[in-house]
Amino acid sequence: MPSDSSGDPLRRTNQLNVENGASGNTIEEQRPPLPPRPSLLQTGNGPASPHSPSKSALQAKATTAISSLDIQTLSFPDGSRGTFSAPTSGSVSESLSELPEGQRTPSRNVNRNGSDLNDDASLMSIAPTLRGNGDLASFLDDELNTQSPAWRLLNSQTEAANLFEAAEFEDTSLIDFDHEFDEIEAVDSQRGNEEEVLRKWKSKLKHYLILSSAGKPIYSRHGDQNLVNGYIGIVQTIISFFEGAKDPLLGFAAGETRFVVVTEGPLYFVAISKLGESDAQLRSQLEALYMQILSTLTLPALKQLFSNRPNTDLRRPLGGTETLLSSLADTFTKGSASALLSALECLKIRKSQRYTIDSTLLKARTEKLLYGLIVAGGRLVSVIRPKRHSLHPSDLQLIFNMLFEAKSIETGGGENWIPICLPGFNSSGYLYMYVSFLASQEECEVTDGRPSTASSTSPQDKVAVLLISADKESFYELQKMRDDVVSQLEKNGSMDIIKTAVRGGRPSTTDIIPGSQLRHYLYKSRSNVQFTMPSFAPYFCSPIARRRLMSLYHNLHASAHAKHSHLKVIHCVSRDYVSLGWASPQFEFYCVAGPSTTRASLAKSANDIIQWIKREEQRVFIIGGAVF
Amino acid sequence: MAEAAAPRPSSSVKLVLLGEAAVGKSSLVLRFVNNDFQENKEPTIGAAFLTQKCNLPTRTIKFEIWDTAGQERFASLAPMYYRNAQSALVVYDLTKPTSLVKAKHWVAELQRQASPGIVIALVGNKLDLTNEAGDSTNTSGEDGDADAAEGDDGDARKISTAEAKEYAEEEGLLFFETSAKLGTNVTEVFTAIANAIPETSLKGTRGPGSTQANASRSEDQSRVSLTGPRDNASKEGCAC
Ligand SMILES: Nc1nc2c(ncn2[C@@H]2O[C@H](COP(=O)(O)OP(=O)(O)O)[C@@H](O)[C@H]2O)c(=O)[nH]1
Ligand SMILES: [Mg+2]
Repeated sequence: MPSDSSGDPLRRTNQLNVENGASGNTIEEQRPPLPPRPSLLQTGNGPASPHSPSKSALQAKATTAISSLDIQTLSFPDGSRGTFSAPTSGSVSESLSELPEGQRTPSRNVNRNGSDLNDDASLMSIAPTLRGNGDLASFLDDELNTQSPAWRLLNSQTEAANLFEAAEFEDTSLIDFDHEFDEIEAVDSQRGNEEEVLRKWKSKLKHYLILSSAGKPIYSRHGDQNLVNGYIGIVQTIISFFEGAKDPLLGFAAGETRFVVVTEGPLYFVAISKLGESDAQLRSQLEALYMQILSTLTLPALKQLFSNRPNTDLRRPLGGTETLLSSLADTFTKGSASALLSALECLKIRKSQRYTIDSTLLKARTEKLLYGLIVAGGRLVSVIRPKRHSLHPSDLQLIFNMLFEAKSIETGGGENWIPICLPGFNSSGYLYMYVSFLASQEECEVTDGRPSTASSTSPQDKVAVLLISADKESFYELQKMRDDVVSQLEKNGSMDIIKTAVRGGRPSTTDIIPGSQLRHYLYKSRSNVQFTMPSFAPYFCSPIARRRLMSLYHNLHASAHAKHSHLKVIHCVSRDYVSLGWASPQFEFYCVAGPSTTRASLAKSANDIIQWIKREEQRVFIIGGAVF
Repeated sequence: MAEAAAPRPSSSVKLVLLGEAAVGKSSLVLRFVNNDFQENKEPTIGAAFLTQKCNLPTRTIKFEIWDTAGQERFASLAPMYYRNAQSALVVYDLTKPTSLVKAKHWVAELQRQASPGIVIALVGNKLDLTNEAGDSTNTSGEDGDADAAEGDDGDARKISTAEAKEYAEEEGLLFFETSAKLGTNVTEVFTAIANAIPETSLKGTRGPGSTQANASRSEDQSRVSLTGPRDNASKEGCAC
């Protein structure tokens, strides 16, 4: 096993301790204080205020428990959904059950078919003593494991779980996911459809509400005015009650539903989720919606509106951008690696090819240009920027959302000129963005250099040139630059390279490493703020499968990012998947393999992929980018 | 998209679409450029720039079209779009009275600020929502009942042809009622504009052309009788 990979201070486990609640095989003698399940830090937030004593007590406990370990293995052979976010380790559920019933945050994952997660079989292996450097493989070394009765137990457990593989799910929690994005018809009292409409509204797994602190509705992902107004009123009352008490409400739970609140000046943002994200994750989603609003209005204009009239109805000034908020919201609901990791994905091409494209952009650069980007298949191909400025990932998220998710802009070969505030760059003013989607060769009939307008392929697969300037009059200048760039790229062969790379799609894990056990992974390079992943095919093609995968990543991510968490490696076993999260100072890595995968082969596959990414770093990521 | 080989003289005409949000500006362009319609078109953000050729008997006009967003926050950008424009399409929704008020504001602004020779067409869109859209071929069923409160027989029209036409004549505008949905009169609007552009302002291929103020409007052509929906495929004039 190559162990040279680890410059990472990844520490080594030399002892495994297992508890298996379900089968009653608890290995008592070896049992240290149990760590909480990763998501416990979120689910255990207690009612209403995060400052409530129940929560701090819980958190304190969780913190001590967790800080002594660096590896954690969870197994839920019953395979109930959201396994990893289940607040059900022995120790913590005990502490939970000490809370008065009303204060207890019920699990988000209680299965509707009645399985109580507290009864879940759970396997937790813990490595309290860690020292030295070791790579992932030695860390999860089979040799090491086989010495442990825990490992044998774990092994038999996963093999048993394997039997269920074909059965897949009776997972009911995502049962409505297919209808999540269906539109809800308007309430029509004549037809008396209120109940039906309300039922549909309540069955949504995810809601986003935006309102002003004065209680004016601004945006709701689902439901029309009449339906939502009442709820907006209630939400406003609750939030402002806590505001008044100088104890701002951050979040609370009701049943399996999590409510998270973000206050930004005169605006309240509320996320209501049954999908099991952590509070921090939901909060960052709400922040993104706020950024979208700033991007439409700019911060000074927003302040101005409310200082002039606290009772302002913001829907008017935001007019026409609901679709951007909705596409952002739906991206989160579908599950987005980019949003989860706050990172961008790049199109994988050779370093020299990227260099040629960068140079082409630099050479064609005009006076007024601030940023120049080439984007293909929803991935970044090339960026040029001034030395002093970098591009903020949250700004790029807004741009990508506008370009590839919302259907508001001309993607059929026409051009767009869009005033946009990029809050990460400067929240107080607009920039102007020239966008041109290049029709692919087959459908494109070029007339006098301008592509004729025709569309068939989805914008997701198209190549776009984005040129951003601070000068609102610079359209024609940037249009000329685009013409130069495109004709150069065609001439020097770069366009074909880009199109071939897009058409090729992402490789599957087994394309990368033949025989790899991994079905999917996410790798984020922290220093580059970029991530890379393989294709979703063949395992995660359907929206539900993809959402499930994303939920799993969200849970691993939450564990790795939980406050006070010192977790470096998280290993989870469920009936359907084995997964692994690994946080190092250089990268975050999350991966999923089939349920029968042994720890050793999981570790080896993960290591192989990480090695590959390190080797391909210059192709997979844009390192530095081109500056002028 | 067969391109005529005939070496007709060709010139560019800059055209800007203005009007309240959701009256159907983008839909008119989509119909003109792609002969397509989308029931739930997302609102335009910023502005879109498209080109489309229009073959007249003696020459080819290449429209460079600015399709602007109607929201107020973009109002300050409008001058950039209509500056140097040789033509403008000011669109209202004939089922929505406020949209005609807005259209009149745009006309006034254009007359004050734009090139003196600018050819302006006033366009009342969504003709399919009215009765006269055609008796047999009217396909606007679902849209109709939403406005059924008004009128006896689902006629959603709120602005009469006479009222709008009178205003257009006073201001010297071309006037059409259109349906982007059915394609009614869409090509006609653009062809009429192409014909109305004075030959003298067509010299250069690009650039701020229209220096010659020529207010002569082909008024007769603007009085298009509302013949109802026609087959979009059978177009004459514009190569779409
Ligand atoms: N019934 C009908 N609807 C139309 C027509 N033109 C546009 N629409 C609809 O009106 C809405 C707004 O159209 P859009 O082109 O985006 O308006 P814009 O904001 O002026 O560009 C969309 O839902 C269109 O489908 C039309 O001629 N008839
Ligand atoms: Mg539009």
